[in-house]
Amino acid sequence: MSAIAARARVGRARIGELTLARGLLLALVAAAALFVASELLSSFADLELAEGLYFFCVLAGLTVLTGLSGQISLGHGALMAVGAYGAALLIGEQHWALVPALAAATAITAVVGLLLGAAATRLRGPYLAGATLAFAVGLPALADKYSSTFGGENGLVVNPPNPPSGLGSSLPLERWEAWIAGAGAVIVLFTLHNLVRSGYGRAMRAVRDDEIAASLCGLRVARVQTLAFVVSAACAGLAGGLLTVVLQLASPGAFQLSLSLSLLTAIVLGGLGSLVGAAWGAAVLVLLPSWTRDIANSFSLSTKVSSNMPLAIYGLVLVVAMLAWPSGIQGGVRAGGARLRALVRSRRGG
Amino acid sequence: MGEEEGGDPGALFEARALTVRFGGITALEDVSVSIAAGEVLGVIGPNGAGKTTLFNVMCGFTRPHSGTMAWEGRTLTHMRAHRLAGMGIARTLQGVGLFGELTVLENVVAGAERFRRTGLVSAVLGLPRADRDERQLRERALAALAELGCEDVAGRHPTTLPFPIQKRVALARALVAEPRLLLLDEPAGGLGADDLGDLTERIRALRGTTAVMLVEHRMDLVMSVCDRIVVLDFGSVIAEGPPAAIGRDPRVLEAYLGQEPGSGDSRGASAPGETQGASAPGGAAA
Repeated sequence: MSAIAARARVGRARIGELTLARGLLLALVAAAALFVASELLSSFADLELAEGLYFFCVLAGLTVLTGLSGQISLGHGALMAVGAYGAALLIGEQHWALVPALAAATAITAVVGLLLGAAATRLRGPYLAGATLAFAVGLPALADKYSSTFGGENGLVVNPPNPPSGLGSSLPLERWEAWIAGAGAVIVLFTLHNLVRSGYGRAMRAVRDDEIAASLCGLRVARVQTLAFVVSAACAGLAGGLLTVVLQLASPGAFQLSLSLSLLTAIVLGGLGSLVGAAWGAAVLVLLPSWTRDIANSFSLSTKVSSNMPLAIYGLVLVVAMLAWPSGIQGGVRAGGARLRALVRSRRGG
Repeated sequence: MGEEEGGDPGALFEARALTVRFGGITALEDVSVSIAAGEVLGVIGPNGAGKTTLFNVMCGFTRPHSGTMAWEGRTLTHMRAHRLAGMGIARTLQGVGLFGELTVLENVVAGAERFRRTGLVSAVLGLPRADRDERQLRERALAALAELGCEDVAGRHPTTLPFPIQKRVALARALVAEPRLLLLDEPAGGLGADDLGDLTERIRALRGTTAVMLVEHRMDLVMSVCDRIVVLDFGSVIAEGPPAAIGRDPRVLEAYLGQEPGSGDSRGASAPGETQGASAPGGAAA
């Protein structure tokens, strides 16, 4: 019995060792699950799904940056803005097709990330937080300053994406948007899964743990840190581009400092450094505000109380979650799984 | 010391007339050191003598104000830490300097970085050749761990291991890069008698294939493994020679014991216990 189990484990490990096979399987399962979910959900829920998917893109990149390479960024909301405005200008003004526009928005943001990352390698901890904070505060102001290009407070409006006619006219727009965002999220999942498992993922963690020892191992500390910034900026750029496509709008109000802060909160709450944790974080970002609003509305309270209630509940949820799962939701899930396995094993043994 | 035109052609590594100042303090003054391939060189001296500063200059962490270095006869004005491994120089750190959140195996694989052949594109696409590359690094790392008798802790995190085992893992991480010059910064710090004996054997086994430069306070280790010893005091080389001669050198005894070199009587009295006496200031530092 145990011999068969052992052999099965070896067999599984062998397939699991192939990064490409694992990555493709993961992407396929995720794509299938998203497809089924989008078919089952209502139009409104499909829109929420699409929002969650672009949040997953930026959170997955941010969790690699902060969790793996140990760099903090309060500027990822602004990086999303770069991607969002880039996509809006290319789609709205230049009439680019969807895929090249999103690819270009991703590339532009990666270049901005390269500049930011090069600066970041010279900064540590609170100084890096401060510099990225300045970026997050300063960038949205550009929309006002160059309002003829960026549309000022109103932002840029783009036309909704047209589903290909081959998919039939009955396809709801929200579902098509969810599919677009889903494709982006699956690409991010596949690439980051491979990256995290590779030598580069290990290099990032090594640099995070001890820069001196890492450089003596032959790792270029600044280059590894910049790479993490570029990768995570590209993810943020793609997320911003998808946001433009899903909401058909890129406006400065969507990229305030609070966005950057809630992104950081979401990766910590989800489980720092884990891609599954990023998915939890995305779910929290999308669902928690509407849940708290529903809860607040279900009590018939005065408007003064009920309008502040969502924020209070949000804070309460954060405090309770961090007390219950110090290493995030994914950390809690893992601990629970380990406990369950131990329980099953002890039952079988006894 | 000083002007050495072309330097020593047989030397694997050579430091020529290095001077380092921190503010008004001179940490190294006109220090020239060379090491031949396969040689075991001890660098000793009281606390603050400049031993670790010398290592830091050799690794590029500290820039010298003047002086040059040469690796295999090629002159380098300054070293870059991340280039050392590729050149064939590895260093262990005081303490252990292991990556705390990486497993022991991952720590050692990180040390084998110079043997990585595939780049970012293969990694991001998860191509099989990146996997093969990783497997090759892992095999090297496992072999290095087995060499030091640590393969059974490969899956553990270093912080959960006893200190002497952590030291061995750190040594494995340095040796997995197959260096031609190994810089050991206080490898015996915190080791008991058994582990010290093991380390002594380990360094002896390297002699002839890997040059070792050893900064160490434990005189018993230094005296038993080194081919040659360089003594630093207040940033200058005050003596150089084989262990037996260094143990008798009055300048060395003075540096460690603070005696007047002229007072022949006290020198004679301390001679039998010289290694013991010399290790005393080091013991206080460790």
